[in-house]
Amino acid sequence: MAHGPAQGIRRWLYTTNHKDIGTLYLWFSFAMFLLGGVFALVIRAELFEPGMQIVEPEFFNQMTTMHGLVMVFGAVMPAFVGLANWMVPLMIGAPDMALPRMNNWSFWILPFAFAMLSSTLFMDGGAPNFGWTFYAPLSTTYAPPSVTFFIFAVHIMGASSIMGAINIIATIVNLRAPGMSYMKMPLFVWTWLITAFLLIAVMPVLAAVVTMMLFDIHFGTSFFNAAGGGDPVMFQHIFWFFGHPEVYIMILPAFGVVSAIIPTFARKSLFGYSSMVYATAAIAFLSFVVWAHHMFTVGMPLAGEMAFMYMTMLIAVPTGVKVFNWVATMFKGSMTFETPMLFSVAFVILFTIGGFSGLMLAIAPADFQYHDTYFVVAHFHYVLVPGAIFSITAGVYYWLPKWCGNMYNETLGKVHFWTAFIGLNVTFFPMHFAGLSGMPRRIPDYNMMFADWNMISTVGAFLFGAAQILFLFNVIATIRSKRPASDEVWDRPEGLEWTLPSPAPYHTFTKPPPLS
Amino acid sequence: MSDRARSVFRRLCLGLFVASFAAQSFAAEVERWGLNMTEGVTSVSRNIHSLHMNILWWCVAIGVVVFGVMFYSMLVHRKSKGAKAANFHESTLLEVVWTIIPFIILGIMAVPATATLIEIYDSEEADIEVLITGYQWKWKYDYIGQELSFFSLLSTPKDEIYNRSEKNPNYLLEVDEPLVIPVDKKVRFLVTANDVIHSWWVPDLAVKKDAIPGYVNAAWTKVDKPGIYRGQCAELCGKDHGFMPIVVKAVEQQEYDAWLAERRAASAKLKALSEQTFSFDELYAQGQQVYEQLCAACHQANGEGVPPMFPAIKDSPVATGAMDKHLDMVINGSPSNPTMAAFGPQLSELDIAAVVTYQRNAFGNNMGDQLQPIDVLKAKQ
Ligand code: HEC
Ligand code: HEM
Ligand SMILES: [Cu+2]
Ligand SMILES: [Cu+2]
Repeated sequence: MAHGPAQGIRRWLYTTNHKDIGTLYLWFSFAMFLLGGVFALVIRAELFEPGMQIVEPEFFNQMTTMHGLVMVFGAVMPAFVGLANWMVPLMIGAPDMALPRMNNWSFWILPFAFAMLSSTLFMDGGAPNFGWTFYAPLSTTYAPPSVTFFIFAVHIMGASSIMGAINIIATIVNLRAPGMSYMKMPLFVWTWLITAFLLIAVMPVLAAVVTMMLFDIHFGTSFFNAAGGGDPVMFQHIFWFFGHPEVYIMILPAFGVVSAIIPTFARKSLFGYSSMVYATAAIAFLSFVVWAHHMFTVGMPLAGEMAFMYMTMLIAVPTGVKVFNWVATMFKGSMTFETPMLFSVAFVILFTIGGFSGLMLAIAPADFQYHDTYFVVAHFHYVLVPGAIFSITAGVYYWLPKWCGNMYNETLGKVHFWTAFIGLNVTFFPMHFAGLSGMPRRIPDYNMMFADWNMISTVGAFLFGAAQILFLFNVIATIRSKRPASDEVWDRPEGLEWTLPSPAPYHTFTKPPPLS
Repeated sequence: MSDRARSVFRRLCLGLFVASFAAQSFAAEVERWGLNMTEGVTSVSRNIHSLHMNILWWCVAIGVVVFGVMFYSMLVHRKSKGAKAANFHESTLLEVVWTIIPFIILGIMAVPATATLIEIYDSEEADIEVLITGYQWKWKYDYIGQELSFFSLLSTPKDEIYNRSEKNPNYLLEVDEPLVIPVDKKVRFLVTANDVIHSWWVPDLAVKKDAIPGYVNAAWTKVDKPGIYRGQCAELCGKDHGFMPIVVKAVEQQEYDAWLAERRAASAKLKALSEQTFSFDELYAQGQQVYEQLCAACHQANGEGVPPMFPAIKDSPVATGAMDKHLDMVINGSPSNPTMAAFGPQLSELDIAAVVTYQRNAFGNNMGDQLQPIDVLKAKQ
């Protein structure tokens, strides 16, 4: 048997162990989730009622920007990389990730990126205030001085993501146990493989666009400056060429997580495995040709408008296939509803609702009314919060007993689920109505006609925040508890990870497992 | 009728009665709470509304089926109810069916959507053209060929925003000077911006068009009901993005003509003022008004600014330095920082003279000098 972990802080700084690095990623992303959550609560508190009460408009814009950036790049993406680190080697029977040193590096540059980004809050002129979409020229010619730090932080995050993606691809392609063909891989591995290719394709585009900003700001170029012959709309095309695949980067691994959980608790194998794989690939492909649906109002030519409308409508088809397959998996199963299953079922329902509003947004003429209103905010929170966040939570509850060897407290898990579920819907459902009745997004104050919905949203947001404290408490209590979990943990779950003892030893599958 | 049937029937009637009553007050509640997209006052806005309702009902229908099956199995196929798991996990037929049905639904939706899109893009042959320019944080309306242009700014008092006085019903949705257009005429909007990207949006007209520096986008409307329609900037444009509303007043043609004549006379009068001479007090008072309306957003009402983003005017080296440098800054903007815009093309000579006079003497700057409109005219040339 190989040696165990080093002791103390060195274990974490120098580690090349996929489990340790997975753990680091997960804790880091949870910290970022809380930080981004605090920013969100500042926003919701200011919007509790009409009038300016708590913060000034200038700071409000910094809060919306930092919230978006921290949630997307700090909470959701690292959490999925963390899950991949832990689970991909265990699911394919590999001893570790293919490139363990790079793995260490890709994690450890992240805290620096976010320290740099957060430090802008204390700089003269304040943090970035131009929205997470940082449209030029608001983010170039008109930006606060801290934008340069923002650009470097984005570069570091991008480098980290690309390294993570390369590592995952190398692992999946090279380290599968003998006999595990591609079409035998668990769906989580499949979705991550496709996500990793998306990351490699679009993170350089993001890097390019921020570099062009840097040149516009400091070196006198005019990529996005109309007065110098540049083109502000080109910024949006480049940004969304990254941005739309990015939203799928945040959701495809989630599809993989619930595709692992639902069969376990329905006690029935996943319905339509191969169609799930093809649908994932189709979504990934289509995600490259729909970007301008975020730009229906910039004044594209009619033909462009139509093409992007049809393509966007098309992407709903493979997404629908996924939902139907999950429902068919549950149908005629023998279901129980432990916490991971509750989160997964909520994922299917609420993600579908987010998909519906996505379908509505795809209708270009209607988007002229929806665009940049709270309706859009409702839409992407329905796909991101129950989509990404709920699936991550479900995954943590599902695999935590395997990771730490102890069973979590089921009652507390259920209380956590119901507070989060109620909090989420109370927060985000009213936003559909606020948006439809005309409330623009990213505003610090509003007319009284939007007051009722906003007040409800704010109450829900604080409830949702409280739910996350329960989560933190439950996870820590589980790690410290003395209630050992069995090796299988659940009722005959599928997958190589369950053939290992609980907790999973520091080194696993040093010899490839035999596949039945 | 058996007793039982009668009681069921009675209950049904009662239920219907309550339901119809509830539906009425429900409609009122919908109105009060602002639940749905407005139908608006143009043919485009009505088409969009019907697209919106169509796709919404399709979603509801799909939702009922999908969630119906899901909840059915969650209730029935539970282990605690003794359900035994079946063994199927594949069906090519099903996969094909549930790929094709959404495809057909989308096809059905695409047809009217395309038609409406074509309608929205047809801004040709307009009766009136208005050039709309977005500025940080106000709108400028140019009636093309009418020699009339003016700015339109938020008119809600700071006291209402900072909760020192009661908010009026049009809180944050009111401006000093609305855009006036005639009803039943095709009005073409040419939309652009002077600094960052803005978006001109009035829900009742279903017009939302991004105002982008270097671009001129076209949109149009034909309002069929006189009235006042309110909207807001819909693209994040900096600090006061939430404070640059849009008000459109649609009036009958005669009323429009009268308004146009009156408004043109007023601006001609304003032009004539640049030839006159004013007393210090007149300049100072006018300057204070201009300052609070246009400059205070950045330099603050007390002149202290928000350093380092917006410098103070109080003790500012420019406002307490040479007059021509100060005037140059206001007319041509800052050479190094576009956030300080060129106010020369935006303000009348009188307003520039007044605001410069004000800045040099307010906030304890006490320079004691003043500027006349004629000096501004000279400097501009
Ligand atoms: C959108 C924000 C904004 C508005 C509105 C604005 N300014 Fe400025 N102003 C600035 C900025 C930023 C600077 C600094 C420019 C520089 O660094 O060169 C500035 C600088 C100045 C200065 C020089 C101050 C100094 O000490 O450097 C004067 C004078 C001035 N503005 C006058 C005005 C007047 C008069 C108005 C109203 C008609 C006005 N500004 C409206 C942003 C604004
Ligand atoms: C799969 C998960 C999805 C995620 C994570 C996601 C995320 C997002 C985000 C973040 C935005 C906001 C853009 C902005 O800043 O304005 C957005 C907008 C949009 N989404 Fe999605 N989305 C998803 C699915 C869908 C689907 C399935 C559709 C259509 C079938 C769709 C259609 C749209 C459209 C058209 C917009 C633009 C709205 C506008 O800007 O007016 N989305 N989405
Ligand atoms: Cu998109
Ligand atoms: Cu704006």
